[in-house]
Amino acid sequence: MLEVDGVTKRFGDVLACDRVTFDVAAGELFGFVGGNGAGKTTTMRIVLGVLAQDAGSVRFAGAPVEHAARRRFGYLPEERGLYPRMRVLEQLVYLAELHGAGINAAHRAAEHWISRLGLREHRDTELQRLSLGNQQRVQLAAALVHDPLLLVLDEPFSGLDPLAVDVLVEVLREQARAGVPVVFSSHQLDLVERLCDRVGIVAAGRIVACGTVEQLRAGTGSTLVVEAPDAPPDWASGLPGVTVLGVHSGQTRLRVAPGVDDQPILAAALATGRVRGFTHHHPSLAELYRDVVGVGSR
Amino acid sequence: MTSRHTVWLVARRELRTRLRARSFLVGTAVSIAILVGFVLMQSTLFGGERVTRVGLSGQAAAISAPLAEEARSLGLDVQVSTVRDASAGEAAVLDGDLDALVTGTPAALHVVVDESLDENLRRALNTLVQEEVLRAQLAAVEELDPDHVLGTVADATVDVRSLRAPDPTHDERLAMALVIVALLYLSLLLYGTMVAQGVVEEKSSRVVEILLAAVRPWELLAGKVVGLGLVGLAQLTVVGGVGVVLAVVTDVLTIPGVAVGTLLWGLLWYLLGYLFYATVFAAAGSLVSRQEETQSVLLPVTSVLVLAFVLGFGLLSRIPNSSATAVLSVLPPFAPILMPGRLALGTATGWDVALAVVLMLVSVAALTWLAGRIYARAVLRTGPRLPLREALRKA
Repeated sequence: MLEVDGVTKRFGDVLACDRVTFDVAAGELFGFVGGNGAGKTTTMRIVLGVLAQDAGSVRFAGAPVEHAARRRFGYLPEERGLYPRMRVLEQLVYLAELHGAGINAAHRAAEHWISRLGLREHRDTELQRLSLGNQQRVQLAAALVHDPLLLVLDEPFSGLDPLAVDVLVEVLREQARAGVPVVFSSHQLDLVERLCDRVGIVAAGRIVACGTVEQLRAGTGSTLVVEAPDAPPDWASGLPGVTVLGVHSGQTRLRVAPGVDDQPILAAALATGRVRGFTHHHPSLAELYRDVVGVGSR
Repeated sequence: MTSRHTVWLVARRELRTRLRARSFLVGTAVSIAILVGFVLMQSTLFGGERVTRVGLSGQAAAISAPLAEEARSLGLDVQVSTVRDASAGEAAVLDGDLDALVTGTPAALHVVVDESLDENLRRALNTLVQEEVLRAQLAAVEELDPDHVLGTVADATVDVRSLRAPDPTHDERLAMALVIVALLYLSLLLYGTMVAQGVVEEKSSRVVEILLAAVRPWELLAGKVVGLGLVGLAQLTVVGGVGVVLAVVTDVLTIPGVAVGTLLWGLLWYLLGYLFYATVFAAAGSLVSRQEETQSVLLPVTSVLVLAFVLGFGLLSRIPNSSATAVLSVLPPFAPILMPGRLALGTATGWDVALAVVLMLVSVAALTWLAGRIYARAVLRTGPRLPLREALRKA
């Protein structure tokens, strides 16, 4: 539904986006993961038309994205900001109208999101008088209030208290179930892993991996944790197809390449003495991310 | 949704926000009060500093030194010069370069003025003529009849000729001109600054990012300019209307037709001037990201307005008929303040007004285009103040 194709953007000498390509299907939750300055925000701003790309294209529902289509997108920018002296309800009604909603629909939607996000007692309060957490909720409502056809959320979870995180997770799932493609970036990789159907990992302006977490795992083998308390630290170093990730209080974490038989590893472990544990783990998104981006924990 | 609807939505937010603010009501009341005090103060200031320029021609050149001395004793600041011939002098009087031209012999002086002769200058000249006549009478001392001499001396006064019929409403017109000049200056400065502050507020609060995800930069700019412009127009109409009604009711003004005309012309020139200045204020505001930097980036723009105001006040009250006044009142940065003043004085010709309006519209179009470009490029840039050159370059 949303197709980002070869989007390139250069700021002076910095290549912020280098042929960024990915797509998000209707009803899909797409997690955008990458370090600071990797190009996530720039890509999102280009999708929203806030920035113009140097090359490449953005299509939605098969058509190049024009101003009229963008108006129906919902956006939560990384740098939050609303009118500080405007009341919550007024502000949401105004933003809904700017996005093309009629005055009645705008009022209904504003009231709906105010109560949905637990802001009812603040509906006539100036934004600047709200706590930071509540300001975040209003900002989220601003992205949702015009019933968007696409949601683009830049770090939506940062600054939210645990209860608000739960509400947001619920809202995002609900939007996806309604068929809205949802793109969001986050540094909280466990959350992304739990929530997203697919993940795109960005580094230095390029998409370095993209797919479901399962697909990302496919090429990486598995993580093997061996508990052998008597073993010397380097017992596994020479084994073929094995990388030592770390040794910690008798537990050795190994990365086993795909297709490598684990029985010689067990034999080598037994040769050092007692073996109390021998467990395969799927690498977490955080581990995959470190692998792909190359700032390993080894 | 059409652009016009979007612009209206943005404008409506500005209107609601500003009209509901208590500062609007307080501001309106305060500007009425300031206005009254300001005009009173200005009229005394200008009265005190006035220099009267007198041109002497022919035999009258002989009174140069005594006139300067006599004037000084009356507290009149006179600048005396000699003119080549009477017709050159009259031209200078018409242009406003001279206040009075004096010709004739010392005992029978003729004075040519534009509209009316300053009373102090008349007294000084009369004294000189009477001294001269007395001297002649004393020279024929053998036939001295004191009563006759005193009578002759008392009859000896300068002969005054006005080039233009004096306008009995001149003082009222001048007062209105100065009021409209001050009102326009205050309105343009206030609402121009508000536009810039609004732009900076949207930048510094970062709300501009989600606004620009929904509307085009020019729609946002146009909405803001239109909204605040309407607020300013409403305020100027109220202040001006109240002023006209009060002045007519209290008999301060005896020419209500001219007063209403002045106000209507003032409103038209407010609109033209606001469109001229507001987009420039907006572009200047878009260059900075913090309210603290707004004043410094606006300084060049506000300076032009202040200059227009100072020039307007000085020129209209002292040399309203000079060619300098006419030329400046047609030039776009000064026209919105000077032209309504000249219209109030009744010294602007139809051609002057037409030319000024055309020049104004052309420069509004050019500035809107330029300022729109700067705004669109600069409004999303945060951090340090953006150099103008960079904002003009292709992004």
